[in-house]
Amino acid sequence: MSGHDHDHPHGHDHGHHHGHDHHDHHHPHPHQPDIEDRPLTHYQAMTEAVADLLVAKGIVTPAELRKMLEAIDSKSPAAGSRMVARAWTDPAFKQRMLADVIAAAAELDIDAGGIPIKAIENTEGVHNVVVCTLCSCYPRLLIGLPPDWYKARAYRSRVIHEPRAVLKEFGTEIPDDVEVRVHDSTADLRYLIIPARPKGTEGWSTEKLEALVTRDTMIGVAVPAV
Amino acid sequence: MHRRHHDMGGLPAGPVEQVEHDYAPWEKKVDAIMRLLTDKQRKIMTVDELRRGIEEMGPGIYDELTYYERWIGSVTNNLIEKGVITVDELGRAMEEAQARHAEAAKAVCP
Amino acid sequence: MSGEAATDARFRPGDAVRVRRAYPPGHVRAPFFCRGKQGVVAELVGAFANPEELAYGRDGRPALPLYRVLFRQAELWDGYDGPAQDTAVIDVYENWLEAVR
Repeated sequence: MSGHDHDHPHGHDHGHHHGHDHHDHHHPHPHQPDIEDRPLTHYQAMTEAVADLLVAKGIVTPAELRKMLEAIDSKSPAAGSRMVARAWTDPAFKQRMLADVIAAAAELDIDAGGIPIKAIENTEGVHNVVVCTLCSCYPRLLIGLPPDWYKARAYRSRVIHEPRAVLKEFGTEIPDDVEVRVHDSTADLRYLIIPARPKGTEGWSTEKLEALVTRDTMIGVAVPAV
Repeated sequence: MHRRHHDMGGLPAGPVEQVEHDYAPWEKKVDAIMRLLTDKQRKIMTVDELRRGIEEMGPGIYDELTYYERWIGSVTNNLIEKGVITVDELGRAMEEAQARHAEAAKAVCP
Repeated sequence: MSGEAATDARFRPGDAVRVRRAYPPGHVRAPFFCRGKQGVVAELVGAFANPEELAYGRDGRPALPLYRVLFRQAELWDGYDGPAQDTAVIDVYENWLEAVR
């Protein structure tokens, strides 16, 4: 995260007048880097300042900010996994999910937010994978905040153009007779892949099925492994 | 033909480094600020404006900054442009944030 | 399925379309790599406020129909390295599409 904190062209002398020099004394206890033993980076200070100003101006309340942080922390791939496992065992639910993810999520008491989400089903003939080449669109309310690689240049540049090579880097080999379909999520839709249910999972409990449905299987860079 | 820096589909790049990190509290705070500013109740800015602001940082900064640094940079510029905050207020509030942080550090390491 | 009803959408699923070969500066939503390329409308998603206007603080009206357009990878990339059946689906707003006769 902080690799360039010290060579930034601007902004790093704020605060140096206020603090003592952290680099010159010995701490008797282990450091927690990035917390108290260094000045805030320029952008960390900017974040604090913007939050403070928005609160001071009455645009957001501290409670709203805290609630939103809790909401962000509460989102994880578990919600998506529950939906997919349910779709595997309940064909009518799967149809409703394909038609309207947000409504299907609500059936399971999952809040999928207000941005339209499209569920895409992997089939015997088609393997699907998702990217946002222009930025980093991602169905966060169903699978949490995106991993760094999803937002990084290598994935965004290459998966649209050489999907099979990228999938192989994730350990996923798609047979040549299966179509690989890349979805570029550039607009107002977010995508959630419904991976195919692996053979040999007949009669499995919901919990065991959900454990197969990892985040990466719902992005499409992996397939559930038994 | 004009190809913008963020529009990278199909460009050559190295292997996908499958790295992840746990988001730091300040990064989540950036995310929370953005979500509150774009919610139905406030509608102070849009995701589209966020993206435009990030794209306009230009090639050098785009790659130099981390993801949430780009976000807060764009959010802040948008808020200034809209007259929600002023540059002067921002500068003062950033100094206060640094001072507060330094006080907290003193409390930890007397 | 979402957005507003796109009552006067120009294209229907199955229509052959081409992404305009245009390179305006500024915030646009048609990825560079698909401009000038031909595909088929897979789905009319609905109408959405124009993001290329929203990006500059305007209201994005009138709303634009949004399509999911299916491309053969071999159409998008010279010398595509995979099997001929591989495809990409890109979300494209109507202002970027023209009919293929």
